Amino acid sequence: MRESKNQVVVTGWPRRRGRRVVGVLRRGGLYAALIGVSLLYALPLLWMLSTSVKPTTQTLQNPPRWLPEPVSILPRQAYDNYIGRVGPAGEVIARGVWHDPVIDFPLYLRNTLIVAALSVTGMVLSSAVVAYGFARLRWFGRGPLFVVVLATMMIPFPVLMAPLFLIFRELGWTGSLKPLWIPAWFASGFNIFLLRQFYMQIPREYDEAATIDGCGHWGIFWRIILPLSKPALAVVALFHFIFVWNDFLGPLVFLTRQEDFTLALGLQMYQSQAGNTPWNLLMAASALVIAPVLVLFFLTQRTFVRGLSAGGLKG
Amino acid sequence: MIDRSAQLEIRRTLRGLLWVSPWIVGFLAFLALPMGLSLYYSMTDYSILERPLWVGLENYRALWDDPTFWKVMRNTVVYALLSIPLGTATALGLALLLNHDVRGIGVFRTAVFLPTFVPLVAAAMVWMWLFNGDFGLVNQGVRAALRPLGVEFRGPNWLDEAAWNMPALVIISLWMIGRAVVIYLAALQGVPRELYEAGSIDGMSPARRFWHVTAPMISPVILFNVIIAIIDAWQVFAVPYVLTRTIGGPDKAMYFYTHYLYDNAFLFGPKMGYACAMAWIQLMIILGLTAATFVVSKRYVHYAAA
Repeated sequence: MRESKNQVVVTGWPRRRGRRVVGVLRRGGLYAALIGVSLLYALPLLWMLSTSVKPTTQTLQNPPRWLPEPVSILPRQAYDNYIGRVGPAGEVIARGVWHDPVIDFPLYLRNTLIVAALSVTGMVLSSAVVAYGFARLRWFGRGPLFVVVLATMMIPFPVLMAPLFLIFRELGWTGSLKPLWIPAWFASGFNIFLLRQFYMQIPREYDEAATIDGCGHWGIFWRIILPLSKPALAVVALFHFIFVWNDFLGPLVFLTRQEDFTLALGLQMYQSQAGNTPWNLLMAASALVIAPVLVLFFLTQRTFVRGLSAGGLKG
Repeated sequence: MIDRSAQLEIRRTLRGLLWVSPWIVGFLAFLALPMGLSLYYSMTDYSILERPLWVGLENYRALWDDPTFWKVMRNTVVYALLSIPLGTATALGLALLLNHDVRGIGVFRTAVFLPTFVPLVAAAMVWMWLFNGDFGLVNQGVRAALRPLGVEFRGPNWLDEAAWNMPALVIISLWMIGRAVVIYLAALQGVPRELYEAGSIDGMSPARRFWHVTAPMISPVILFNVIIAIIDAWQVFAVPYVLTRTIGGPDKAMYFYTHYLYDNAFLFGPKMGYACAMAWIQLMIILGLTAATFVVSKRYVHYAAA
């Protein structure tokens, strides 16, 4: 998270003389607490990475080791676990996450990317349009309808999933990816709220100037509001992407064929019923699923924090 | 005959409705319709294969007599009662700790925030591994910590012993608390500095300063996070589902409300009507708890003039 300029230091160190020793001790204690807590939170992910580069025989070790033994096998083993080895005829010699006759990681990745692309595009466009209607136009019934928009945020998905499944079945969408992305083209309460807050901070003089230049509402929306709201639109896109990428219950309920599985759903197939889970492959696959989200967060975190705080969600 | 101003008003309203029409269509098709259907199905016997058969309140009465329903209800309530207070305390504590303006603070904040980006399934898998009774890092850590004290403790089989399931799940939920921490952090930074300066002049201890200055100032945000936590706790599904796969693990100790609803709707029968009755009860509970939280909190939440 980016540090903001107007940061408040809650426990400032007393500036009185003779307190310097106390100050140093406090600072040391503070760093010890910060490092301890961070390690505790990072440990599971570090352990995941560590397991993902070990050979199967070394995954069940007591006491635990952080690196494979001998360490020199690490690059080769990492390659085998993440990629796998394929023979000249295309047959899999060593099972890895990418080349795996049992669990089709590339296919699940493709499905997830299709759903993510279609669904994020739809969510951003539809929410942007609807938020304009609530933020920039004055009409009878706007207030009460917006209250309904906010109320929909309270309805949890498990309440809707059974009847939604029946509706999608009636529409003939089951057995395809449609149930996961078509509903995203009809905006969502949270995103409408977020974008509306952002639009309201754009000065109305811009609209008026554009109207004088002969722009209609569509022109104002397309030429002025949209370009000015890029940070907020990025937040909507990022949030929705992470939601789609991580969603488990939706795919579990609506995807009826294994060829349509997304990564979140495919991941659990490593957990074999027989009890001999390939822990190193499972951890490598988990690392691969987590990686894009982390990279995306690091790339966008400045825009992300700006869009959030300007959207009035801060404090 | 309609006069010009009324005509203008109608045109404006139609234009507004046109702009928000994507949401209206989605609301009707994917929210209002399923909720209405769900209410109707909850009063029928419906196996999908045959037409729904009207049974009145029979599903609700059957739920009342269903021991599994009470089991999942109890598990969910216990999970909520443990994870919400512990989660609130942990998130607030972490936010206070991470609110220091020291070198490298960004790295520490990132470490606490990272787990929220981990897909729940991947998180469950990693923790299943960490909680393994023999080889898991958690027990190895417990053993290593107790050995110098002369205590030989194997550590529990977190996921195979019913009594340890709930603590394991709560620990995982505390690990994924990052979103609440970020919201608290933003709130702490919004507390005016002058308030603390006044407080330190009075020679307040840090604990008193927290209770008398910080807590009241950020109380609306605490309320917001608690409500989100209530809604989330009632939906807990993916992590226990992946950890147990079959219904709820040993003694159904990890069988939760949403999981039982899912099983009824898609596995057992399926019993769509039964599942829909569960859905409506869940909705009423969440709405009721949220409303109650608002009412109870009125005395404690302080809304500063913006």
